[in-house]
Amino acid sequence: MTPAQSPASAPAGTGAGTGPPRQDIPADQGGPAARTAGSGRSSYKRLRTGPSNWLLAPALSFFGVFALLPLLGVVVLSFFAWDGLGTPQFAGLSAWIQVFQEPVTMNAMKLTLLLTVLSYVVQFPLSLLLGAFMAGHQRYREVFSVLYFLPLLFSAAAVGITFKALLDPNFGMSRAFGLDFLRQDWLGSPNLAFYTVIMVISWSFVPFHSLLYQAGVRQIPVSMYEAATLDGAGRVRQFFNVTLPQLKYTIVTSSTLMLVGSLTYFDLVFILTGGGPGNATRILPLDMYLTGFRSYEMGPASVIAVILVVVGLTLALLLNRISGADRMESQMEGA
Amino acid sequence: MMQPTRRTTLAGLGLSIPTLATLSACGGGAQPTGGAGSASSLSVWALTGAKQDTYQLSFDSWDEDHPDDPFAVEFFANDSYKEKIRTSIGSGNAPTLVFNWAGGTLADYVASDAVVDLTGKVDDILSRTIESIGAVGQVDGAQYGVPNNDTQPVVLYYNTALFEEHSVTPPTTWDELMTAIETFSEAGITPLSLAGQSVWPELMYIQYLTDRIGGEGVFQKIMDGEPDAWSDPAITSALEKIIELIDAGAFGSGFGSVSADAGADAALVHTGQAAMLLQGSWVYGTFKQDAPDFVADGNLGFLNFPATDGGEGDPANVVGNPANYWSVSADADEEVQELAIQYLNEYNLNDEMVDSFLEMGAIPAVEGLEEKFAGLDDEEFLSFAYDMVLEAPHFQLSWDQALAPAPAQELLTNLSQIFLQEIEPADFVTNMNATLDS
Repeated sequence: MTPAQSPASAPAGTGAGTGPPRQDIPADQGGPAARTAGSGRSSYKRLRTGPSNWLLAPALSFFGVFALLPLLGVVVLSFFAWDGLGTPQFAGLSAWIQVFQEPVTMNAMKLTLLLTVLSYVVQFPLSLLLGAFMAGHQRYREVFSVLYFLPLLFSAAAVGITFKALLDPNFGMSRAFGLDFLRQDWLGSPNLAFYTVIMVISWSFVPFHSLLYQAGVRQIPVSMYEAATLDGAGRVRQFFNVTLPQLKYTIVTSSTLMLVGSLTYFDLVFILTGGGPGNATRILPLDMYLTGFRSYEMGPASVIAVILVVVGLTLALLLNRISGADRMESQMEGA
Repeated sequence: MMQPTRRTTLAGLGLSIPTLATLSACGGGAQPTGGAGSASSLSVWALTGAKQDTYQLSFDSWDEDHPDDPFAVEFFANDSYKEKIRTSIGSGNAPTLVFNWAGGTLADYVASDAVVDLTGKVDDILSRTIESIGAVGQVDGAQYGVPNNDTQPVVLYYNTALFEEHSVTPPTTWDELMTAIETFSEAGITPLSLAGQSVWPELMYIQYLTDRIGGEGVFQKIMDGEPDAWSDPAITSALEKIIELIDAGAFGSGFGSVSADAGADAALVHTGQAAMLLQGSWVYGTFKQDAPDFVADGNLGFLNFPATDGGEGDPANVVGNPANYWSVSADADEEVQELAIQYLNEYNLNDEMVDSFLEMGAIPAVEGLEEKFAGLDDEEFLSFAYDMVLEAPHFQLSWDQALAPAPAQELLTNLSQIFLQEIEPADFVTNMNATLDS
């Protein structure tokens, strides 16, 4: 795969990053810099041609003003009692105590955990297999890939409204096709709604993850498969011994996105069920919203927000550590 | 026709300068939407939907007569309005006229001095409106809101064709209702269409049943915050009656998927899949829009909620939304408040607005309308609903509006669990009593 290698080698040649070319330039010019340079480090300092660190300032200040500052505000607000009108009153830990004693929120945590696990269990194998399938260059696979990709183009609101209409037992697809077994109270029965929501979430997000895997699989050198074939490995064996290990970092990326992402599913669930029926789909982000903007209890809502941030960050860091992805060493030995 | 339009545009341009000043003054905060928030000029937010044009018409008339003090008008969808108005009031950027539902929210505004006391200043408009509905705009005996649109009683709609086909008499008592439910259930028709996904239509059942069984005093005790007020036996029997309905299959099996937002509950009735629907008077407009032939052919019947045997409540009592209300923001400058009050007295619910409401089949909360109904397309419904409201000894504001937001949410959650049979009436009572402490 030469095209893949040339962009990778480009930065080393053209960039001002590496040592040898940089030392060459002053030597060729015979400038004073080369003569007075006491060490490589000081010459590096003086001749640094990269962009100034100040160019980071706009991005950092945006991040500070629109991400860190509100985050800090939410942490502060979690120690106050505020109904959105009036002045916030300092309330100490009372909002925190209230949240951990509130059965609805405890139930929401349980549901969020269940949603995270179940939607991962459904999405991971599906997107991995679809991705591996889509990586092939056969014409029919390309056609399928286009179809699989479609859900990614729709906004969550559109997906939610459409599925709500399709799954409606009175006017939905069960009526349109006269299929009675489809005539279930998909989103209205407390026993079904949660699993229906997971189904719709998977439908919307599997295409994105398949795309990641497709790209991952296409980067695996063909020579590896040739070698495996020579060693007598069949298709299944090749999948488990070549494809899967080579996809290690794709799996880490995709899993992090899936797991952390499932902590923040909001729009789709909000439109599909609004947390109902009863509390059957009231997951944590929804519980935060409803507590804050329906009951106007900003203190407890902030507590839930802080919990979500902490759990999300911890999960992301943990996944990175466990998988060793923070080192990101090459997987291409022998390729 | 060109004249007022151009003048409004010019006025709008003139208005944008103070607006810009306000925006920069508050650091370019959360007010990207123009006029509202300026203390020194008139502004108003109202809701999108059928009545939007009526409001626009009324403010256009004001602008025409007062070119120096025009209203900056903006319209929002219901839910986003509710969230936005709270933030804007909390941050002191409220529009001059604050659209509200009276009840718990208005009491919140009053408690944080966000709206001004209108007592004695709005007698002109109050003299036009139905007295009991005007009284809903009071908090602790002082007038803080005045009605600004139609009165919205909750009505029992029914499909007359289905009733004839199955020889059922329209129910006026609980027993007749149960008989009707049995007949329709056996015929494979959902007896009562219920938008369970939206949850709030479920409130209409507990509101009417509690009122019919125990009278309006039961909920008044809850509003007064009396300890254990939810333990009143009328609440428990109302919940038991709801369970009786569910067990009899009154709502069918799929009510959890029915949403009121898209009018699916009304659609079940006009497509003949359900026989009855307990909903607000605004649904009449939905029927008219979605199934004009169905309404024109006289297939839509309407009734007050049936009486219950031995109930203490007056069967003529009505629940629903008496109306929506205008309040005047305390953030506005004194002169601007005066102008807003002048608008309320002279333009709000004047003949022009009343005619516009009547045209769309809505009943403005105004006295002496009887003669106006004659000859209108919707004469029958209008006079039915108008009489229902006028003759009602008590008009109960929807509980979710009457209560403060947090208990209202708790009520909706617990009630939906009753309808799903996830909790018992005793759990409901315990959970709701817990909200009275705070």
